[in-house]
Amino acid sequence: MATVTVRAAATGAAAPAARPRIGRGLPAALALVPTALIVLVVYVGCMLWTVRLSFTSSTLLPKFDFVGLAQYERLILNDRFVVSAQNTVIFGVLFIAGCLVLGFLLAVFIDQRVKGEGAFRTVFLFPYSMSFVVTGVAWQWFLNPGLGLEKLVRDMGFSDFTFDWLVNQEMAIYTLVIAGIWHGAGLTMAILLAGLRGVDEDLWKAARVDGVPPWRYYLSIVLPLLRPMVVTATVLLAISVVKLYDLVVAMTGGGPGIATEVPAKFVMDHLFERNNIALGTAAATLMLVTVVIIIAPWIYARYVRSKGRR
Amino acid sequence: MSASLPSGPRPRRLTPGRIGLYAFLLTAAVFFLLPLWIMLITSLKPMEEIRLGNILALPMAPTLEAWGKAWSSACTGLDCNGISVGFWNSVRILVPSVILSIALGAVNGYALSFWRVKGANVLFGVLLVGAFIPYQVFLYPLVRIFSQMGIYNSLTCIVLVHVIFGLPTMTLLFRNYYAGIPIELFKAARIDGGGFWTIFLRVMLPMSVPMLVVATILQVTGIWNDFIFGLTFAGRENLPMTVQLNNIVHSTQGERAYNVDMAATMLAALVPLAVYFVSGRWFVRGIAAGAVKG
Repeated sequence: MATVTVRAAATGAAAPAARPRIGRGLPAALALVPTALIVLVVYVGCMLWTVRLSFTSSTLLPKFDFVGLAQYERLILNDRFVVSAQNTVIFGVLFIAGCLVLGFLLAVFIDQRVKGEGAFRTVFLFPYSMSFVVTGVAWQWFLNPGLGLEKLVRDMGFSDFTFDWLVNQEMAIYTLVIAGIWHGAGLTMAILLAGLRGVDEDLWKAARVDGVPPWRYYLSIVLPLLRPMVVTATVLLAISVVKLYDLVVAMTGGGPGIATEVPAKFVMDHLFERNNIALGTAAATLMLVTVVIIIAPWIYARYVRSKGRR
Repeated sequence: MSASLPSGPRPRRLTPGRIGLYAFLLTAAVFFLLPLWIMLITSLKPMEEIRLGNILALPMAPTLEAWGKAWSSACTGLDCNGISVGFWNSVRILVPSVILSIALGAVNGYALSFWRVKGANVLFGVLLVGAFIPYQVFLYPLVRIFSQMGIYNSLTCIVLVHVIFGLPTMTLLFRNYYAGIPIELFKAARIDGGGFWTIFLRVMLPMSVPMLVVATILQVTGIWNDFIFGLTFAGRENLPMTVQLNNIVHSTQGERAYNVDMAATMLAALVPLAVYFVSGRWFVRGIAAGAVKG
């Protein structure tokens, strides 16, 4: 089989191999002092502080007692939090799957030497440049039952048509998925397209000689080659699932009722509006744990196993 | 990033498959453009037309009245000075945040690539992991720290926050870029007697223009689109445009003025959209390089 080269260009995060650094001197150390301070105080200090607070009974003001896992027990019994966690799973699975499938299809279709490739790429990626607030407000307007899509289809003659997902407790979460995919599919496409461009062209020629149909070629030969890009895209999408906040605030406000609450919003509300610091920090700690579980294997595979200790 | 040619099968003449291909791409293009289109035409209609008419239809008599209202007299809570207040707040937050975070990131990347400093690898490792951690984990302690310092809810505070949370991506970006510069160049500069800052300012910085462009694109869109930091740290006087937009849309009493909402939304999207369309491929390079931020 022809040699296959898949560039890691799209992944960006991959650090180049370490090389000997030769400069020595005090100015370099001094230049890193602000960063060291930030890392120590914010990235390490604030994180530990939050974790510590989650074991206290703090409400409006922080206290430094110790109540064990009491706050975590309250979290598990808290309807709002349970719904938030469930929503993260529903949104996460559908959003990631949707972005990957749509992103892959768009990348493959664009890669067929189509006319106006640049225009298509520009159109597919532009939502990613806009904020989640703008995304949420735009989709809220388009999907609102009174004047939006529902009215549009009814005016076309289908008077029984109903599309009330936005105000329907059962369905509202799926409107967030639609808006999320609209925002993020272009990024997935860009990452996968860069991977596709690194696939050796001889591979297609060889496959064609063997009579492999195009869909089979992409599914069984190209997709496995794109594994690093798929993994990178999945990790990025997963992180944005855990961070999901602005979109919900702008589009549904967590409603109707508590139907579209998410953990990030739960934390914000409890820290800054409901004056329940301990419960908020406990939820934040659970978010932290979730992210660690997502990224630990990825970082291990990428930086530790593949490159050796740096 | 995709200078090479497409690798897909070579096209034949117009076959059913080819038509299906374009049909799919065009359908997808409609899906992506529809919300933008609806925003735009809604913002150009008067309210009666919105209530009675078709959401997709072109405005019968396009008017910029809603844009004017959104800019200068829409209500964001108690004040009714429009989203222009938020626009200028965002500009005042954006400029120092972008400059400071890029400057710090460039110095870090340079120091980490060429200089041997004890503990630098650990520092970089923590920063890299920090890029993935949800902001909610840091927010409350940060609020306490800034309150103690007496700068909570100020411009200084929100700029500092943007610099702090832009640090991982900016450092990573410049470190990777400088790692691609031949070490011999650095050696030569050292032999010529260049010190830490001289080499940075006279040799490295002039070579960093592409990365500076990418970093600027990334930070301008990122900071302009920020919601959560502005909400938490900027204070009532400095709320950025995204927060003001959310207030306009969600705090209106009585009937919502959708045309004004959409005009405000368009206004809030204008800066990142302009950056996107002007920068083209550079934008793709930027998000690919900074994708680690997520």
